[in-house]
This record gives sequence, structure tokens and C-alpha cells, in this order.
Amino acid sequence: MFAPSHFVAVLIFATCASVVFGITQRSAPKAMLRYGAYCWVLFVASVVAASWIMYFIRH
Amino acid sequence: MVAGGNLGLGAGIVDREMASTKVQVSAKPQSSSPGFAYSALIVGWLVPGAGHLMSGRWIRALLLFLSIGALFWLGIAMQGRLYAPNTGNILDMLGFVGDLGNGAFYAIGRIFDLGGPQVQLATADYGTKFIVVAGLLNFVSAVDAHNLRIGRKR
Repeated sequence: MFAPSHFVAVLIFATCASVVFGITQRSAPKAMLRYGAYCWVLFVASVVAASWIMYFIRH
Repeated sequence: MVAGGNLGLGAGIVDREMASTKVQVSAKPQSSSPGFAYSALIVGWLVPGAGHLMSGRWIRALLLFLSIGALFWLGIAMQGRLYAPNTGNILDMLGFVGDLGNGAFYAIGRIFDLGGPQVQLATADYGTKFIVVAGLLNFVSAVDAHNLRIGRKR
């Protein structure tokens, strides 16, 4: 059984979803790369931000 | 002779202007390749990335296959649950619709009874979500392949 940590699961999810979003939502290769990177940063940053918010709620 | 030549020149200019201004844009997108218009949509749904391969975009096809395939098979490896057709809980029904987007992967998973029976660990819950999201992403990918096929997108 594959049991990644929560953060590794986030990284895998963000990478795979960003690749698909980049390819399907833009036409030019450069724009695809830029949009994919933008989505990836948003995915990871929002998870990190939400994690800190939950941490401060708990403590 | 000279006047006739000027007339011919003038007519040529008018023809050229008409040709450059009378550009008709069809309301419907032009089909870039012959055959059944929805073939890329169906093939792209059955095998992630295959619809893009039909349009000759093999790098995009490979990336889509790897991304969607990785999400699905890692979800299975994490003991994620594969939803069966059901009429019970609305979330279970939506989960089945999401899973169905995986096409052939879903069929293989169901035939060989892959995935976990019930979600008991957090990892298995993530796996279930990975599988559902892989299916939804494959729907998006298949629609994109269809748009490439009919010439709506380049």
C-alpha cells in the first residue's frame, strides 16, 4: 500500500492537476507552462495557508 | 491600349480589395480533419490523452496520460474506493460520475476489483479523491481533445 504523507499527497495532486489545467486551458506552449506553474503555486500555497489557519484555530 | 491596360489594372485592384475585405467567418468551427466529429471526445474519455494523440499532439497526449494515469493508479495504490453505480447517497452518486470519467481505467479497476472496500484511513480517503479528480480531469481533457479535433482550439 502506498501511504504518502499529507504534504507529499498535496504535491502529487497539485502537480498532476496543474499539468492538465495548463494543457487544456491555454493554447500556446509558453502560456501552458506559465498557467500550469501558476495553478501549482496556488494549489500548494492555499494548502499551506489553510494549514496555518487550522493550526492557529487549534492553538 | 493604355486605357484598357489601366482598366485591367483597376479591375485587378478592385478584385484584390474585394478578396481582402470579403472574408467570411463561419459561425460553426471548421472541422480540421474528416471523420466522426466526436471520435476524439470518446477516445479521449476511454484512454486519457488518446484524443490529443488523434490530433497529432503526442507530447500533450503523453503528459495527460501520465498525469491522469498517475492520479488514478496512485489513488488505487492508496486503497482508494472505486464507486459502483448506486442510487443511495448523493455524494456516492456524484463519486460514481467522477470515477466514470476514467474510462478504461475505471473498467479495469472494476473488473479486477481494485481499490479498498471501505475507507478506514486518511490515506485511503485521499486515494478516493485522487480517483474522482482523475476522472473529472479526464472529462476536461476529452473536451479539449474534441475542441482540437473540430478546430475550435489550436
